[in-house]
Amino acid sequence: MSDKPSELIHRWLNRQLPEPAEQWLGAQLAKLAEEPTERGLQIALGMTPRRLGKDDLALSQDDLAAAEAARPGWDPRGWSVDEAARILILVAAGGRGPTFAKRFTDLCQTADAGEAIALYRGLPLYPDAELLEDQAAEGVRSNMRGTFEAVAHRNPYPRERFDENRWNQMVVKALFIGSTMQPIQGLDERANPTLAKILCDYAHERWAAGRPIAPELWRCVGPFARGAALEDLKRAAETSDATSRKAAALALAASPAPEAKASLAALGELASAVESGGLSWESLAQES
Amino acid sequence: MYIDPHTHMISRTTDDYEAMAAAGIVAVIEPAFWIGQPRTFVGSYIDYLSSIVGFERFRAGQFGIRHYCTIGLNSKEANNEELAEGVMEILPRFALKDGVVAIGEIGYDEQTELEDKYYRLQLELAKELDLPVMIHTPHRDKKRGTTRSMDVCEEHGVDPSKVVVDHNNEETVKETLDRGFWAAFSIYPSTKMGNVRMVEILRQYGAERIIVDSACDWGISEPLGVPKTATLAIERGVPEEHVRLACYQNALDAYGQSGQMHEDDWLNPSAIDQRTLYEGNSILRGGREPRVEKPAARRTMEELEIE
Repeated sequence: MSDKPSELIHRWLNRQLPEPAEQWLGAQLAKLAEEPTERGLQIALGMTPRRLGKDDLALSQDDLAAAEAARPGWDPRGWSVDEAARILILVAAGGRGPTFAKRFTDLCQTADAGEAIALYRGLPLYPDAELLEDQAAEGVRSNMRGTFEAVAHRNPYPRERFDENRWNQMVVKALFIGSTMQPIQGLDERANPTLAKILCDYAHERWAAGRPIAPELWRCVGPFARGAALEDLKRAAETSDATSRKAAALALAASPAPEAKASLAALGELASAVESGGLSWESLAQES
Repeated sequence: MYIDPHTHMISRTTDDYEAMAAAGIVAVIEPAFWIGQPRTFVGSYIDYLSSIVGFERFRAGQFGIRHYCTIGLNSKEANNEELAEGVMEILPRFALKDGVVAIGEIGYDEQTELEDKYYRLQLELAKELDLPVMIHTPHRDKKRGTTRSMDVCEEHGVDPSKVVVDHNNEETVKETLDRGFWAAFSIYPSTKMGNVRMVEILRQYGAERIIVDSACDWGISEPLGVPKTATLAIERGVPEEHVRLACYQNALDAYGQSGQMHEDDWLNPSAIDQRTLYEGNSILRGGREPRVEKPAARRTMEELEIE
């Protein structure tokens, strides 16, 4: 029987926090359990970084496995201590359905950047999360990279909840604001022909403007690359940038078109690297 | 390194941020104020406070500048009682946000009854939350308004070492310093202090509890007010230590009393801040050329190509 997410977070925090901070957190949670008020919640959330600091949350491989077991898709890598505590406090304040949704929206609307990031990172752990979708979309709408990435990266929420249009907009925006696609969960699962078209159009825009194309763009084109899109992949495969050629090779390998195999084979070494698994989107991401 | 503890960056462009970073400004404080014409809905005020604790901090961080702010109901909009009541209700919530270093900028504009009412209420709030106070001294009837601002502080038992009286000039400085308050000066062309005069003030009074800022805003103002004044002062023989106090350390000491502003924020920022809010250090660390030329060239028709 796996632990509940809140239990895990509380354990990780107590393990890492000095005594006074641990006690303050415990007192806040006890107060909320006894008599939750909006004002009490706002103050607890506001004071958290002052009381607990902003160190990164120290997590082992076992911790990450426990997180995955407690809530599939939950990836707390990169969380800071105050973020984790804020999510714990919000969940501890209770409520579900429209009550929780209203509270969540209210908090997001007056959140500072740190609070916003915490609020959105906690999305996989909130009750009745389908009611939070509009506010999650506001997070993606932000041009503050940290806020955008709190929804988009290492978060199962968009994969589980966003309709195709919202999903596509999020993926394209990652490229647009200089963020990355790799940490988006479900990139391959939710690839779709419309997204592939949008990305190819975007690649053409970039070529026309003489601006570089992020190699990972091709990841979501590959599985639907026929005709014109295949021509785009071939063009990417001929570029002078080595990383882009690698990305093109990976995308060609995913293409359903019979001609793609020949184009891939023409890349020689790269084709065998894809075949052997030595080259993957993960290994490519580590290169940059 | 310089701190400009009074900048309305919401009104300034990225050219200003670039120039400020290049000139050595590592941190700015943005006081909550009116935005040129009166707000009429509480929601506008709330969204404005959200933006100075949120997006503007992010915007500054992209240029390697740490941004802080003050929260308060300013003297002009205190005269709209319905608005004022609404703002007073949400102030405590915003006062606890990350990077809020004071209640401010509060005080008098025309010295009306309503201004007085909300000034006093916010002094009490500052005491309750143990936050410093930034006082905007009136531009008209300044001498009496400044005296009155300090009288009211004392009446409410506010510790003067926690209060920065801003927009001082030759007529107000002595009383402000004598009464134990921090005395800030805004180097703002035509209407406030000039920096040749500021150098004389530093010569006459030293630098104890003296703070230099630019108060740059929507008007014709000077985002490089602090570095220019510092450089001028040194050129004219003011001791380096006094310049360091007036253009960096005193602001940090005064507003650092909030617990929300530390030198480490820019010298050694936390990992999470570096990843989400702050693009590393200013371009001056590492000995590269300051990019002052570029913004200037862009502001004329000299450089036609836009990439």
